[in-house]
Amino acid sequence: MERTYFSAAENEVKKVKTHIEGFDQISRGGIPYHRNTLIAGTSGCGKTIFAMQFLANGITCDNENAVFVTFEEPPDNIVENVRSFNWDIRKWMDEGKFAFIDASVSQEPIQTGEYSLIALLARIENAIKKVKASRVAIDSLGSLLYQFQNDKIIRRELIILANRLKQLNVTVVMTAERTNEYGEVSRYGIEEFVSDNVIILRNNTIEEKRRRTVEILKYRGAFHQKGEYPFTILPRKGIVGTSLTTLKMNQPVSVKRITSGDKKLDRMCNGGFLSGSIVLISGATGTGKTLLVTEFLKGGVESDEKSLLFAFEESKEQIVRNASGWNVDFNEMEKGNKLKIIALYPEVLNLEEHLIEIKTHIENFNPQRIAIDSLSALERMSSSTSITEFVIGLTSFIKEKQISAMITISAPTIMGAGTITSAHISTITDSIILLRYLEHRGCVKRGITILKMRGSFHDREIREFSIDNKGIHIKKPFKNIQGILSGHPVEYMYDVIGGVNGSSKDLSELLDA
Amino acid sequence: MNMNKRYIFKLFIYGQSDDCKTAIKNFISICNEKLHSDYDLKVVDIKEEPEEAEEERLIAVPTLIRQSPTPERRIIGNFQDKEKVLAALDLTE
Repeated sequence: MERTYFSAAENEVKKVKTHIEGFDQISRGGIPYHRNTLIAGTSGCGKTIFAMQFLANGITCDNENAVFVTFEEPPDNIVENVRSFNWDIRKWMDEGKFAFIDASVSQEPIQTGEYSLIALLARIENAIKKVKASRVAIDSLGSLLYQFQNDKIIRRELIILANRLKQLNVTVVMTAERTNEYGEVSRYGIEEFVSDNVIILRNNTIEEKRRRTVEILKYRGAFHQKGEYPFTILPRKGIVGTSLTTLKMNQPVSVKRITSGDKKLDRMCNGGFLSGSIVLISGATGTGKTLLVTEFLKGGVESDEKSLLFAFEESKEQIVRNASGWNVDFNEMEKGNKLKIIALYPEVLNLEEHLIEIKTHIENFNPQRIAIDSLSALERMSSSTSITEFVIGLTSFIKEKQISAMITISAPTIMGAGTITSAHISTITDSIILLRYLEHRGCVKRGITILKMRGSFHDREIREFSIDNKGIHIKKPFKNIQGILSGHPVEYMYDVIGGVNGSSKDLSELLDA
Repeated sequence: MNMNKRYIFKLFIYGQSDDCKTAIKNFISICNEKLHSDYDLKVVDIKEEPEEAEEERLIAVPTLIRQSPTPERRIIGNFQDKEKVLAALDLTE
């Protein structure tokens, strides 16, 4: 089930898995084994959660016990704070798998000359022995340094402490505060020198949207991915990486055809969509995107495939009602457990959380088809960086699962061509279908064309289509009209059958013939 | 200052290093000067008794805890700075 996206080179430093989704990929294996790693970040960036998750996952996934040294919050508070992540520390303490070292002080101690931190070290050593710990977290060096204002002694003692820890055969993570997202690594400027490795967590605001990232600044003697990678903090799970840019493109390609739900559209696609492909539907409002989605889901259910719809524009009742207007009974399909409709208001979650939510629903329902209606609704509440990451994350996930997908996008203008998408999604999707309004002799008509279809021949005509209570009706191609895609259709008058310079009614009759 | 209350101190050290001996010597000389023999001092070597360090949540050695009179006071360091020690223990007049 688990896949490795990195290959450990020879002589590379051994690493300990954090089992933090995404982090083990960018760090090429986790945290360096039996070394000290600094987790630095501004307040609220998730340092303590990262450190605790490293320990918690060690216990639950690898049977490795842990010691947590706290200089900041009393253990009881920490236990309470992380309970929402499903980490039952009290139970682990009872089972002898977890120990706290409470080094939080209520009052600043008075210094009267030379001292050493050997008392702390003795306590850590004692606790490690007691629970047979392999992982240790120290939270945070900043609070320790704050307690001891006498810089010279504490610096020396901290270095001694860090060096002693290395001899205890444990993998250590230490947290440290930063004052700026971009600037000094740590507040006191000493923290990074006592550790071999530095990881930076950031909590930025870009275009008014919160964006959390993790960056590995240095890994002494070990390989890692460079740059910032987005993550999110979820209840029940903790830190989850949301970047999938480390994924390899190694999905098998299918030649199997599946129905789009409409026979004529299947014919335009040379026999249907390719199984496991992603189809983008672009069109202005009211052109029939949701109808194509409805047909796609219906086609899935009728071919005995499970279908999952993520709706971000309309409520579930509205969707069901719309579908019944096209003679499709979504309620019945849901009862048969063939269809599931998830209607969510885009603003309730941020984009990273939406991605996790979508993935969780896919994992649980296990559909062969999914539809997202529409991506534009999600786009309006996110920065362009995160929408691109969302699209890449989503598409690579559904590709890996070999799910066929339909994604709709609203074109910004009613008549004009507009951009297909601002997020460069067109290069990721396999097929693009355009829906356009066009004005022809005073009437508004609808046109459909397949702009691209990877790995397949397809119809290159722009065809007229209409919508009624039975759904979509694709008709003949528009003849004698050009400029539809550019938004300025012009009729030209030659080679019309029978040479008729007729009205629009005559023309459509001819096309329907 | 309540002279009726007896002073009870606990001094935590680690091993029998010269640093520790200096600390003990420094502290005793301050006590003898200010409190004469009117105090109890217990020296705990946490190398021998690590549980004591855990119980008192120690970070540094030497650490002195004034257990009585209350409130509890904590002083770290080797008591080189005599004035600071006296101030911390409310023994300045």
